[in-house]
Amino acid sequence: MKQADFINTNTEEFHGVWVYCEQRQGKLMSTSLELISEGRKLADELHTELCGVLLGDGVDGLVPELGGCGADKVYVVNDALLHDYVTEAHAKILCDLVAAYKPEVVLFGATNLGRDLAPRIAARLNTGLCADCTHLDVDVGTYVEFLRENSTLDDKGIGEDKLRERFGTDLKMTRPAFGGHLMATIVCPRFRPAMATVRPGVMQKAAFDEARAAAVQTIHPAFSLSETDLKTKVLEVVKSTRQIVDLLGADVVVSVGGGIGSDVERGIALGQELADVLGGVLGGSRVAIDSGWLTSDHQVGQTGKTVHPKLYIALGISGAIQHKAGMQDSDCIIAVNKNGAAPIFEVADYGIEGDLFKIVPLMIEQFKAAKEAK
Amino acid sequence: MKILVCVKQVPDTSGKVAVNADGTLNRASMPVITNPDDKNAVEAALKLKDKYGCKVIVVTMGPAAAESMLRELLAMGADEAYLLSDRVFGGSDTFATSQVIAAGLSHIGIDEDDIVFCGRQAIDGDTAQVGPQIAEKLDLPQITYAGKIDYADGKVTVQRMLEDGYMTIETKTPCLVTCVKELNEPRYMSIKGILDCFDKPMTVLTYEDLKDEPLIDATTIGLQGSPTNIAKSFTPPPKGAGTMIRGVDETAMVAELTARLNAKHIL
Ligand SMILES: Cc1cc2nc3c(=O)[nH]c(=O)nc-3n(C[C@H](O)[C@H](O)[C@H](O)COP(=O)(O)OP(=O)(O)OC[C@H]3O[C@@H](n4cnc5c(N)ncnc54)[C@H](O)[C@@H]3O)c2cc1C
Ligand SMILES: Nc1ncnc2c1ncn2[C@@H]1O[C@H](COP(=O)(O)O)[C@@H](O)[C@H]1O
Repeated sequence: MKQADFINTNTEEFHGVWVYCEQRQGKLMSTSLELISEGRKLADELHTELCGVLLGDGVDGLVPELGGCGADKVYVVNDALLHDYVTEAHAKILCDLVAAYKPEVVLFGATNLGRDLAPRIAARLNTGLCADCTHLDVDVGTYVEFLRENSTLDDKGIGEDKLRERFGTDLKMTRPAFGGHLMATIVCPRFRPAMATVRPGVMQKAAFDEARAAAVQTIHPAFSLSETDLKTKVLEVVKSTRQIVDLLGADVVVSVGGGIGSDVERGIALGQELADVLGGVLGGSRVAIDSGWLTSDHQVGQTGKTVHPKLYIALGISGAIQHKAGMQDSDCIIAVNKNGAAPIFEVADYGIEGDLFKIVPLMIEQFKAAKEAK
Repeated sequence: MKILVCVKQVPDTSGKVAVNADGTLNRASMPVITNPDDKNAVEAALKLKDKYGCKVIVVTMGPAAAESMLRELLAMGADEAYLLSDRVFGGSDTFATSQVIAAGLSHIGIDEDDIVFCGRQAIDGDTAQVGPQIAEKLDLPQITYAGKIDYADGKVTVQRMLEDGYMTIETKTPCLVTCVKELNEPRYMSIKGILDCFDKPMTVLTYEDLKDEPLIDATTIGLQGSPTNIAKSFTPPPKGAGTMIRGVDETAMVAELTARLNAKHIL
C-alpha cells in the first residue's frame, strides 16, 4: 500500500478518545473499566469526548457500567455473529467505525483477545500501535513530571522544550522493553488514530459516578456484517473449571519461587497459609510455574501478571528483572531469601535474610497474633 | 503443502542486559538466541512434516548474522531458509516489519494448502503484533495463542488459549497461526541434521529482490516508513534501599518485622 493512499494522514480531522470495551459471555472484562477510567483523563486533557465501543449480542445492558467509569457515549453493535469473539467480525466493524467517526486515540486491553484484534486493525488502517503499555500521557507537562519521577534522566535528557515542539499533544505511550531493563515511550506522530494495547491491572478503575452512568448516551451505528466476512469459526468456548486466582484484584499477594524447591508441598502450604492470614492470594515466579508447582494463572512478572497490591511478599524468589517487572510497583514489598545478596532485596521495603521454612511459620504465627490483638 | 515459519533472532534478555549511557540497549554485549516462541512454531511445523511430509521453510528479517540461526533451524529439520536482509529494512516497527515479511512470503509464494506459523511474541519487544499484521497484509485468517493445533484435509483446528480457558477455532488453509510455548517441546538438532544443514537452500532477499512485490513500498519500510517512533527510552530509577533484617534468632527477626509493619499500619 502506498502512503499516498492513506486516508489518515490529516491528523487534524481526528477527534475523541475511544476504548474498545471487551466483553466475554456478556460480562465486561475489568480491564475495559480501567481503560475507560484512564481514557477519561486523556479525553479531558484533550478537551474531547470519551467513547466506548461495545460489540456483542444483546449487550446494551453493559452501557451504564461504562458510563459510571467516565464514558460520554458508547457505540453498541449487536449481532448474532458477534456473540463469540471472531477476529474478522470485530476487526471489520471497528475499522468501519473508525473510518466513519475518525477518533484520535483508540485503546484496547492487552488481553489475549485485545492483542489479537488491535494489530490486525492497525495494519488495516495503516496506523501505529504500541503494545502492552503501562503508562499514557497526552500533556507534555504531565509526561515530564512522569519522567522526573520514573527515570534516571536529568532535565537535559528529558528536554522538555523539544518534546513540546515535536510531540505536542500526541499520545505518549510508555512501556517496558527488553524484559523491563529499559522503558520506551512510543509516539505515532503522522497517522491517526494512535492506538495502544494497555496492560490489564495497571490503570486504576475510577469510583463509580451515578450521574455519569445516568447521562451516558447509547448509539447504535449502522453496520454491515455477514457470514461471508467470517473466515474462522468458533467451535466451542471452554472456561477453565478451576477457580482462577484473582492476582489483579488482590490487596495482598504472597508469591513463592525456586526457594521452596527442597519441599514443594510444604512451601506451597506455607505460602497459602500466610496469604490466608492476610486475606491475600498465592502467586509464584516463573520457576514455580514452569516446574509445575502452580498453574500459570499464578505467575507474576513480565510474561505473567503485573500486580500492585498493598502488600507483596516474595518467598524464596531471587528477583530476576522479569519477575520485578511484575511486582515492583507494589505499595509495600517484603522479601524472604536465604541469600542476602539476592536482587529481590533491591526492591524490598523489608528484607529478611533467612530460610523461608523457618521464617514463614513464625510470620504466620506473629501476624495472626498481631491481627487478633486489633 | 508447505509450512512457512517466521523466526527472529533476539538478544537473550534472561541474563545481564547492558544499557548504554544514552538509554539505548548495548546489543553488542549480549548473546543472541532464536526467539523462544519461534522455536515452538518451528517444532509445530516439523510435527506436521513428520506426519504429512510437507515442506518446512523458515523465514527471517534481520541482519546477515541471522544466517547462523537459520542454519540451526535447518539442522533441527527445516528444509529451506530465507533471510530478508537490507539496510533499508533497519529500524522498522511492527507495521513496517510485517510489510517486509508479508512481501517476502508472497515472493516465496503462498499456495491454497499452505500454513504460516509465527511465535506469539518476540522477547526483545514483546509486542505479539507482527503475526496478526502479516496475516492482515496477506489477507489470511489468523488464529493467535495456539496451544494445540490439529490439521486434516485443509482444515486447521486450533485451541486459542485465553486467560481463563480456551476457544476451539476452525479455519481453512491458507491461514496464519501464532504459537505459544505450551504447544510443544522443541526438538534438538540431530547430528545428521547438523551435517545436512549446509547443503540445504538458503536464499537472501534484499530490497531489490522484493521491490516489485505489490505489498512493499519504499515509503512504508524501515525507520522512515514506520508509523511509530521511539520518543524516548530510559532506565527506571533504582528503588531506595529498604530495611534489611539479619540475625541468628529467627523469632526475634520476625518480631522486628511485625513491629515495623504494625508501626506503619500495614498489618
Ligand atoms: C523472556 C523471559 C520472560 C520471563 N518472565 C518471567 C515472569 O513473568 N515471571 C518470573 O517470575 N520470571 C520470569 N522469567 C524468569 C526469570 O528470569 C527467572 O528465571 C525467575 O524469575 C527465577 O525464579 P525464582 O527467583 O523463583 O527462582 P530461582 O532463580 O531458582 O531463585 C530461588 C531463590 O530462592 C532462594 N532460596 C532457596 N532456598 C531458600 C530457602 N530455603 N529459604 C529462602 N530462600 C531460599 C535462593 O537464594 C534464590 O534467590 C522470564 C525469563 C525470560 C527469559
Ligand atoms: N524480524 C522478524 N523476522 C521474522 N519473523 C519475525 C520478525 N519479527 C517478528 N517476527 C515474528 O512475529 C512474531 C511476533 O513478534 P513480535 O510482534 O515482535 O513480538 C515472532 O514470534 C516471529 O514469529
